[in-house]
Amino acid sequence: MNKIIKQEKLAENLFLLEVEAPQLARKAKAGQFVIVRISEKGERIPLTIADYDLNAGTITLIFQVVGLTTKKMSLLKTGDYLLDLVGPLGEPSEIENYGTVACIGGGVGIAPIYPIARALKKAGNKVISIIGARNKDLLFWKDKMAEVSDELLIATDDGSEGHKGFVTDVLKEVMTKNSLERVWAIGPMIMMKNVAEVTRPEKIKTIVSLNPIMVDGTGMCGACRVSVGEETKFACVDGPEFDGHQVDFNLAMRRAAFYKDKEKLALEHYNCQCGGGSCKCQ
Amino acid sequence: MPVKKPRNPMPSQDPKERKQNFREVALGYDEQTAQREAERCLQCKNPLCKQGCPVEVDIPEFIKEVVAGNFQKAAEIIKNKNNLPAICGRVCPQESQCEYKCILGKKGEPVAIGRLERFVADWEAQKVTSEINPVESTGKKVAVIGAGPAGLTCAGDLAKLGHEVTVFEALHTPGGVLMYGIPEFRLPKAVVKREIEYIEKLGVKILTNTVIGKMYTIDELMKEEGFDAVFIGTGAGLPYFMNIPGENLNGIYSANEFLTRTNLMGAYDFPHTDTPIKVGKKVAVIGAGNVAMDAARTALRLGAEESYIVYRRSRAEMPARREEIEHAEEEGVKFHLLISPIEFKGDENGNVTKMVCQRFELGEPDASGRRKPVAIPGSEFEMEIDTVVMAIGQGPNPLVPASTPDLELTKKGNIIADPETGSTSKPGVFAGGDIVTGAATVILAMGAGKKAARAIHDYLTNNS
Ligand SMILES: Cc1cc2nc3c(=O)[nH]c(=O)nc-3n(C[C@H](O)[C@H](O)[C@H](O)COP(=O)(O)OP(=O)(O)OC[C@H]3O[C@@H](n4cnc5c(N)ncnc54)[C@H](O)[C@@H]3O)c2cc1C
Ligand code: SF4
Ligand code: FES
Repeated sequence: MNKIIKQEKLAENLFLLEVEAPQLARKAKAGQFVIVRISEKGERIPLTIADYDLNAGTITLIFQVVGLTTKKMSLLKTGDYLLDLVGPLGEPSEIENYGTVACIGGGVGIAPIYPIARALKKAGNKVISIIGARNKDLLFWKDKMAEVSDELLIATDDGSEGHKGFVTDVLKEVMTKNSLERVWAIGPMIMMKNVAEVTRPEKIKTIVSLNPIMVDGTGMCGACRVSVGEETKFACVDGPEFDGHQVDFNLAMRRAAFYKDKEKLALEHYNCQCGGGSCKCQ
Repeated sequence: MPVKKPRNPMPSQDPKERKQNFREVALGYDEQTAQREAERCLQCKNPLCKQGCPVEVDIPEFIKEVVAGNFQKAAEIIKNKNNLPAICGRVCPQESQCEYKCILGKKGEPVAIGRLERFVADWEAQKVTSEINPVESTGKKVAVIGAGPAGLTCAGDLAKLGHEVTVFEALHTPGGVLMYGIPEFRLPKAVVKREIEYIEKLGVKILTNTVIGKMYTIDELMKEEGFDAVFIGTGAGLPYFMNIPGENLNGIYSANEFLTRTNLMGAYDFPHTDTPIKVGKKVAVIGAGNVAMDAARTALRLGAEESYIVYRRSRAEMPARREEIEHAEEEGVKFHLLISPIEFKGDENGNVTKMVCQRFELGEPDASGRRKPVAIPGSEFEMEIDTVVMAIGQGPNPLVPASTPDLELTKKGNIIADPETGSTSKPGVFAGGDIVTGAATVILAMGAGKKAARAIHDYLTNNS
């Protein structure tokens, strides 16, 4: 049981939880994730660690409401508890002084890119960050990102803030002016795929963080299999970060969609609250 | 010579009915049947059955108490050697252990030792809350990694000797394979929970959601957290795949995922639980061990119309317990033998629809003594399926070894440990169960936990 010491709504359907977990906070490194379960009948879901505070003994999780579990999680308040929290899982990001690097966060992916940018900055890199969202209301942590970046660039689909268009447009621009040694991209699968396509011709090593369906998160089930350079990897123990030029994104997207219909059913069941009545959610 | 009486059959749920539910298949003896069965025991002077039991349960002694109706006494005798009798009575491969050695089995049927063990353990659980005599603390702290049968047994025995024991478990529930792997219909989770509560009553502390190698390393446990010794019982949790084309299509599960979703996460009750599982009409389970039988029978209960066991060798080589194979057949699982998939094909959404298979014939015996399957060239054919479960074995989970560089491993990644003591290349660190032997049995894991507990006790007493 881990106590929620802060709950915040960052934007529509976007929430932050700061949770008491002293040992986890001590061990967490940029790039790692946790698995959360919120009720006895709940499922186990992976969430990337957005921040960790050694002194406070807390970690911060940011999530978007997409299915039933995140919906239920969005109803938790300060003072409530997470039933189960396990981590830090996965391999940490490879942090070194590479020179000039770009950190790209799209949507909820801004959260996990933050500790990576911070660590890269601390290691001496020149960090150029690009964050993007559909519109300006969905952007968050601009100030935190600015603090750990030498340059912070913004893109929104509708142009309500920063560049009108995609983070990839901004990245292309950045690439004309800088010689990037490495790129990190975290966000929707399609964004990561497109970033990898932009950097591929220039052979700039591009790290993406995959978030496939998981169950245990410890290498026990293989639900999280992804194909990287024609080889099958378990994202929870071999990743979650992989070389974006080697990832089979199409496979990853198909696998991520496998339970979509079931997720819809779960939400319907939850919303109808029939309590075992006669609706079709039976 | 007493008149030869036949073995008393196990009352079971009807196959037609049980394949629709997840309730336990074998219902257990009642008192009269148990006593009748116990009376068949000859009370041998030199009981061979005991040699067949990896933890040396005093079999004739407990059976004698069953005959006399002293079930409580019988339970105490078993629990002297076996901390988890209700589990062993249900899942031990008795036909190759205690019952295999039973003298009655030479000419007829052996005493149903497993069924009696189960009866006694279940009787005790219902009738009494067993008293636990408090023991004096030794002031020594032991960390046990993994709450499977090996870890739980080791922890229980060490607590009985007065050591302060903490079990670290990666999942949210202790029990290991007993909770996430073996299905409810074979081993009810309430039984496992009851046995774990007993271990906790002995004074063992169980910390769930704690992955060793991530949250703490073994060195941190010993140097910073004050543990005097460590036992590693992390099991064989890493599922193998075949590395053939199409294996990552949707609908292809490892047995671990398939069974974990169903058992641990309760997916059979979705959407009343939150974890889904998808089972199509035709399910192919690759492999023929206990894990495969469990998956094939689970598939039927989840609504599959056809459930196949697909196995490279023939019936004689199937490694599953005989009873499990029989139960699977009774429930309608079909066996496709001397066949193995070489490729999977899918539709435009990436869901598996077909399996290309090859036929095999048996050649010379291999290292395991089983006849080696040899592919028949040109024998390829396609099989329509929509769900596949890979049950071809599991390897050691690498998280602990990877974070403990001074731990010696075999080529396959298993921890090297002395079979008698469990001691490893690292002082103060012991290991046992599937992480050492590779995937084996509950009772062997328990036996290893027991031996290690004795060795750890010696280590702690001599090192102070
Ligand atoms: C489906 C299935 C059916 C089976 N049927 C039978 C049967 O009928 N009869 C029989 O005798 N045997 C059977 N077996 C085999 C038997 O279950 C195993 O041999 C036995 O459970 C091994 O015990 P163990 O304690 O070594 O490991 P496990 O039971 O695997 O337990 C290991 C525990 O360690 C935890 N762990 C792993 N890594 C870490 C870490 N880094 N930190 C913390 N915790 C960790 C795991 O989560 C797990 O809980 C079956 C196995 C399966 C999968
Ligand atoms: S523990 Fe297993 S082998 Fe030992 S007596 Fe019981 S059933 Fe037989
Ligand atoms: S989530 Fe189970 S192996 Fe990765």
